[in-house]
Amino acid sequence: MSIRNTPAPVLVLTWGNPSRGDDALGPALYDLLVQHKSETGELDHVDVFTDFQLQIEHAVDIEKRQLVIFVDAGVTNPEPFSFQQLQPQRDDSFTSHAMSPASVLAVYQQVKQENPPPAFLLTIRAYEFGLGKEMSSHARANLEAAFSFILTKITRLGAEPQNTQTV
Amino acid sequence: MTSALETADNPQDMKRIVIEPLTRVEGHGKVTLLQGSNRSIQQARLHITEFRGFEKFIQGRPYWELPVLVQRLCGICPVSHHLAAAKATDMIVGASELTPTAEKIRRLMHFGQTLQSHALHFFHLCSPDLLFGFDDDIRHRNIVGIIEDSPEIARQGVLLRKYGQEVIRITSGKRIHGTGAIPGGINKSLTQKEIRYLQGDIGQMIAWSQGALELLKKVFFEHYNYHLGFGSIESNMMSMIRADGAFELYHGGLRARDRNGESIFDHNDYRNYDQYIRESVKDWSYMKFPFISALGQENGWYRVGPLARVNNCDFFSTPLAEEARKEFIAIGDGKPVQSTLGYHWARLIELLHCAEAIAELLGDRDLVGKELRNMGNLQSSGTGVIEAPRGTLFHHYEIDELGIVTKASLIVSTTNNNQAMNESIRKVANQYLDGHRLTEALLNQVEVAIRAYDPCLSCATHAIGKMPMELNLCDDDGELIDRLEKRADGRISRTI
Repeated sequence: MSIRNTPAPVLVLTWGNPSRGDDALGPALYDLLVQHKSETGELDHVDVFTDFQLQIEHAVDIEKRQLVIFVDAGVTNPEPFSFQQLQPQRDDSFTSHAMSPASVLAVYQQVKQENPPPAFLLTIRAYEFGLGKEMSSHARANLEAAFSFILTKITRLGAEPQNTQTV
Repeated sequence: MTSALETADNPQDMKRIVIEPLTRVEGHGKVTLLQGSNRSIQQARLHITEFRGFEKFIQGRPYWELPVLVQRLCGICPVSHHLAAAKATDMIVGASELTPTAEKIRRLMHFGQTLQSHALHFFHLCSPDLLFGFDDDIRHRNIVGIIEDSPEIARQGVLLRKYGQEVIRITSGKRIHGTGAIPGGINKSLTQKEIRYLQGDIGQMIAWSQGALELLKKVFFEHYNYHLGFGSIESNMMSMIRADGAFELYHGGLRARDRNGESIFDHNDYRNYDQYIRESVKDWSYMKFPFISALGQENGWYRVGPLARVNNCDFFSTPLAEEARKEFIAIGDGKPVQSTLGYHWARLIELLHCAEAIAELLGDRDLVGKELRNMGNLQSSGTGVIEAPRGTLFHHYEIDELGIVTKASLIVSTTNNNQAMNESIRKVANQYLDGHRLTEALLNQVEVAIRAYDPCLSCATHAIGKMPMELNLCDDDGELIDRLEKRADGRISRTI
């Protein structure tokens, strides 16, 4: 399926519900990155997507990428965020509203019959998820730290695109 | 319509088994089975802890924000809420009808979302149960098993869903949080380039939809009596209908038929739905129980969604879906098909219809029209109803003189099916759990019955590490005697 034009080498894929408190961390990081791209004209080598949830079709989004960074809120990871490399994993987390990033990579691997691009998960520490709630102050602080971190990473990749395996 | 097991005679003497949350169902739910001393299931209830606080979330916001705002109620079917709210705000701005361009683009958006939702359900949620059997290794009960054994099927499922989402993106302007539908119309029409882009793959989508339907029928007929009887109940059915009786998802009157197919009401104006639909509450559930007021609470509950829609309509406007409908209806032998697993079959007929309807619409010149919006005199209230993928969805709003929402009332599709899901659980509990030792495979059959309805219990909150599945076992005194927790990564641990 010819869904879109040639994708950028790097994809940052965030997800979450902007109206459910700290679940908005992913979309908020998306907003910051889009704003940065718009204001600076930098990061042409980066596509940034956001969605309510991770799903099987995101396996299509990671096609032809050199690097994928997934971004979500988390409640068990260290503050302010964690960053880890992912491997395709056929876990049993297929409750449909909650597909794990590793499972998306596994779908890609099986559907495409090839290894997915290098992928990492940036998990920003979250606390509250009430409908209509604002993001908590702790989460906002974590968001700032995560934004600074990922901006450094993906900016460097623009200069050294061969280093995606060791981002 | 029996409710014999809803309240057991001596619940204090029973063992309580809780499945929480349901696997492969949108959001969180909990099933409680009260087991008597002879291991028979005396009581079965589906507890749903969602749809709370939505009205409060909406109140106080300006009406023109509604079509965008309500998409955040649910991460599973935001487009359904987008369109229902848009229809309600059409009334508020006095737009008694839309321009042809606006209506057709909204319809295209709706077909796109229904196609992607149904594709996900078949290829991802329910397909493993049907293809590999409920008692199969758990590894083979989800998409992982499908992919492993049939990568081509998995690929089709992924790309069908992706295609539907591309239709949504192009018609609503964004992948999510779309702004396409606005009070009184739409904010943009399509370009020829966009239409050609979507036309490029629609033939393949129709072919894959046909293939999925044929696969489902093959499985259904291979174990015909089982699929016909599993969790099946006798129910009324309600759905939207076109003026000429055709299948309709976007706009029309409401039709309800009883278990024998006799009319309860027909072509009712949905704007007056509160005059013939009421809701009751039960002390053990947060979700309300709608019923047809003329039949009363005991007999007036009904089913919505694909099974009701395909049973209720007189015909499909597209040829392949109409052919499929006739074959489906034939198994009812003159009465509505009441098979709960028939939902899957009906859903794929709708999938095929959506693909056909998208192909037709993409050839319509109105899609590139420039008349996008109608406006009239501002009204103090508005009601919007559509057939969402899971069933009839009601939105009603009232505003003050400044246009601020003072009241919001929603009946979502899953709420309409609330009583029916409980009835199916009880049926399955009686059919398959009575007198048997409880096993994971048996408990999964309860979930299979619920999944047939494709319920959306969404909280749309899904942070990593926040989705344990919990299985509790309580003894005669209500004391917890065992608990298993399943983490998002699939790890299972005993926590008692």
